[in-house]
Amino acid sequence: MSTISLHDTHNHDSHDDHGHHKETFLTKYVFSQDHKMIAKQFLITGIIMAVIAMGLSILFRLQLAWPDTNFPILETFLGTWAEGGRIKPDFYLALVTIHGTIMVFFVLTAGLSGTFSNLLIPLQIGARDMASPFLNMLSYWFFFGACVIMMSSFFIQTGPASAGWTVYPPLSALPTAIKGSALGMTLWLISMIMFVASSLMGGINYVSTVLNMRTKGMDLWKMPLTIWAFFLTAILGILSFPVLVAGVVLLIFDRSFGTSFYLSDIVMGTQVLPNEGGSPILWQHLFWFLGHPEVYIVIMPALGISSEVISVNSRKPIFGYHAMIYSLIGITVLSFIVWGHHMFVTGMNPLLGGVFMITTLIIAVPSAVKTFNYLATLWRGNIKFTPAMLFAIGLVSFFISGGLTGIFLGNASLDINLHDTYFVVAHFHLVMGSAAIFGMLAGVYHWYPKMFGRMMNSKLGYLHFWLTFISAYLVFFPLHFLGLDGVPRRYYAFTEFEFMQKWLTVNVFVTWAAIIGALAQVAFLWNFFYNIFKGKKAPQNPWEANTLEWTTPVEHLHGNWPGEIPTVYRWPYDYSKPGSEADFIPQTVPFSQTMSSNMPHDFEGNTESERIQREWEAKNVPATEKLD
Amino acid sequence: MSLRKFISNKTIAALAVILTAFASNSAFAQAAGAAAETVAKPVDMGPVYKTVIFYTMAFLLLCLFIAIIGKALKVYELTREAQDKPKGINWNTVNGVLFALFLIVGLYGVYWEYTVHGKMILPEAASEHGKKIDQMFNITLIITTIVFIATHIILFAFAYFYKNTGKRKAYYYPHNNALERIWTIVPALVLTVLVLMGFLTWRSIFYKIEDPNNKPLSIEITSSQFSWAIRYPGADGIVGVKNYKLINGVNQLGIDFKDKNTLDDQTADEMVIPVNKPVRLILTSKDVLHSFYMPHFRIQLNTVPGMTSYFEFTPTITTEEMKAKTNDPKFAYLFLCAKICGEGHYKMQKEVRVVSQAEYEAWVKKQGTYLTDDLRKEFNLPVTAAPAPAAAKPADSVAKDTSAVKTNQLALKK
Repeated sequence: MSTISLHDTHNHDSHDDHGHHKETFLTKYVFSQDHKMIAKQFLITGIIMAVIAMGLSILFRLQLAWPDTNFPILETFLGTWAEGGRIKPDFYLALVTIHGTIMVFFVLTAGLSGTFSNLLIPLQIGARDMASPFLNMLSYWFFFGACVIMMSSFFIQTGPASAGWTVYPPLSALPTAIKGSALGMTLWLISMIMFVASSLMGGINYVSTVLNMRTKGMDLWKMPLTIWAFFLTAILGILSFPVLVAGVVLLIFDRSFGTSFYLSDIVMGTQVLPNEGGSPILWQHLFWFLGHPEVYIVIMPALGISSEVISVNSRKPIFGYHAMIYSLIGITVLSFIVWGHHMFVTGMNPLLGGVFMITTLIIAVPSAVKTFNYLATLWRGNIKFTPAMLFAIGLVSFFISGGLTGIFLGNASLDINLHDTYFVVAHFHLVMGSAAIFGMLAGVYHWYPKMFGRMMNSKLGYLHFWLTFISAYLVFFPLHFLGLDGVPRRYYAFTEFEFMQKWLTVNVFVTWAAIIGALAQVAFLWNFFYNIFKGKKAPQNPWEANTLEWTTPVEHLHGNWPGEIPTVYRWPYDYSKPGSEADFIPQTVPFSQTMSSNMPHDFEGNTESERIQREWEAKNVPATEKLD
Repeated sequence: MSLRKFISNKTIAALAVILTAFASNSAFAQAAGAAAETVAKPVDMGPVYKTVIFYTMAFLLLCLFIAIIGKALKVYELTREAQDKPKGINWNTVNGVLFALFLIVGLYGVYWEYTVHGKMILPEAASEHGKKIDQMFNITLIITTIVFIATHIILFAFAYFYKNTGKRKAYYYPHNNALERIWTIVPALVLTVLVLMGFLTWRSIFYKIEDPNNKPLSIEITSSQFSWAIRYPGADGIVGVKNYKLINGVNQLGIDFKDKNTLDDQTADEMVIPVNKPVRLILTSKDVLHSFYMPHFRIQLNTVPGMTSYFEFTPTITTEEMKAKTNDPKFAYLFLCAKICGEGHYKMQKEVRVVSQAEYEAWVKKQGTYLTDDLRKEFNLPVTAAPAPAAAKPADSVAKDTSAVKTNQLALKK
């Protein structure tokens, strides 16, 4: 199989020789080195982790809505963590911690990038596989290991890590401060190191594949926006994830070897700890140096997917292709210099607060450009509401709603009163939680036929979309107002404070909305898993899209294309081009076959082609209709 | 094939369940009806609603119901197809209309949220800088709300108006640099204004010019799992030195009583501050990170072990005035912990009272000192000759702050 990685992309007549490989169950489904299978592995693991994390969120939503009610069923499943049917405060914190960790890292980073980068990069740029299939396989198995280790912390006596998903020391460093900082935290850190290793192997692979293995004609400015987004996401990950590892290693040292990187002047009860000279702020700098790029690692693939889905289903070229790419690049660069906006009120020098406020609000500009471009793409389109399209539109809506509240939080002065309140919770659940998961779901619905060769049921998809879309807004919109009333996040119960009592009914409402939203996912899970086996067989190009992946046969084969890899002649967004019979022209169709629809700028200043086109027009088009 | 088989099995099952449910319901109803004639004997469904099985069954029933509808739709569409009639349901229209409906209902929902939940949020800021923050918040809120409403109207209206009808071709419109420029520059300009405002406000909050005639009242806050300790400076107006290594069962804060400034430092159970006088908070933490959050005054700053941070503010509304303004006789200011700090995180609170200068002076006289007889012995201090804290002058005497406070002052402070 290593020949796959070494092959010449262009001059292969046939790839039949690869049919001889004897594939066992183990090499085909488990230790697979085929990018399509690895994508599926990432996706299904991601879905399972998402279901787990969603379940955790329902557990703590139950606690928030009915802090004084006993649920005996909880004790049945959770034992001493929910004695008498009520979740304990430290387990509540473990729930929010693991919910956040799983969602951010395992679902929206690995589940999203891992799935779609793996699936689409080779298929859309015209490569037979990833640059290094073996590294790709390792990437999945490190990720799987990280998931297993993270989940194993539910089966130890002291419970999972519970210092919040940002695991700020000293809380995360001292087992005496909270039970979860004992073995559970160690497992969290090990899991995270494995996860970062997985991300790096994936990222390096994505970047080298995009740079080196594009098919003939596929120059960078002919790549679909999905590929641009995955490419820039991978670069972000490669540059920022190692910083998290550095932070994690120092935290392991502090926890296990008595160093003082993050610890100083600490007294637990009356016991004076020997640590001196460290600073908890250091962890925050290291963590957020990854942490902020991380939210763009989460959202950029989703934006890339929705660009593609919106364009295909509007039957229109994406508006401002170049502007979309430049704004992605802008986001990529700027995301490295905004991390301090998570730290406005940590006591860090206020001068830095001012600087980070400026950079943070600048990053809103490329995001705004992207949003307006989506709207312009929809304008005068011919919109087909496939489930993927619905989710892509949902993403745009969430991206606007959540993005706008970012303008409040990015403003250091306003952040003083909003920091660590429910306003923040509402903000990021809309802009990176809901928006990114909608991008992921759009991708699943759109490329399901490519992944499994079968179709999903679109009516169940509609049901799934509408229930999820509505319940997500019902859950997160009211939470803004809790934040504006000064209710801090990660509170076990609102019962201790007089002023929070009035929000209890809102909490009940939000929990019911969350339960409905969670149950709506059953429609998706059924649709997804049932149709893998029983779905209607997919046609080769079900959405009539232009990109290369739809030129591959429905039945997967190792190496993707049976014969030569197709050559690319045009950009991927020639939808509804005037003068063309069909409303889409695949990237593989040369301009010589579409003389009636060619436009002057198609030739990028190639005078010879322009001459041929002019001659053809002089012959075929009546003088009055001439373009120029 | 197998799908059909499955559904039909399910259909039968569903019908059976529905029938049973219906039968038992009507049976209940009959029984209830019969009972009502003689004695009122309502059927107690309370315990049933509490069982997990009830909800699981209800959900399964719902799933079956959806499966039946799905099946019916499929049959309908297949018959239309078999009869060569146009497609029964145009899902593009359905979804387009749903988006339009979502827009209308959603706009009303947003209005409802703004007016109902919007009234439940914090009252007006009770501090000088808080007023600036509120003002900026309102400006940002107006701008973002306009953008929020406008873009959503555009988004869902486009979804409605440009849905596929099979009669049109989309308009090929790949780019327009003028438009691109407009929606880069306009947001950039708006954001520049917001950044400038934010930047100036931020500076005015953290870089205070000290007025020698109106020196702030220093109050030290120490956070620990899961309580707050408040230390008033006493007569000299200076919060004395402390050292975490001195912490023990008696000396909870580790106050170094070799420093004379500590001798008159006072304890307090609540934070009482005089209105319209600057207050300088000295924030420290004993164990893990906490966050000192005083929402009514728009104040938040983390308390960090090993680092002292400061926040200066001037309260402008007394508790009594706020009671009148909010029309809530039970209103109380408070501060709480906003940074996850352990299992008791959700309980850390202290009451704050803003009072007149006279009331403050009367209150502060009653507060005890940190220095107790036990501590006097520990630090070899004379046990009897205690300087009476009752003789406290107003805390804003012109005395200089101690080195403990000075060392960590901001480099840029003017």
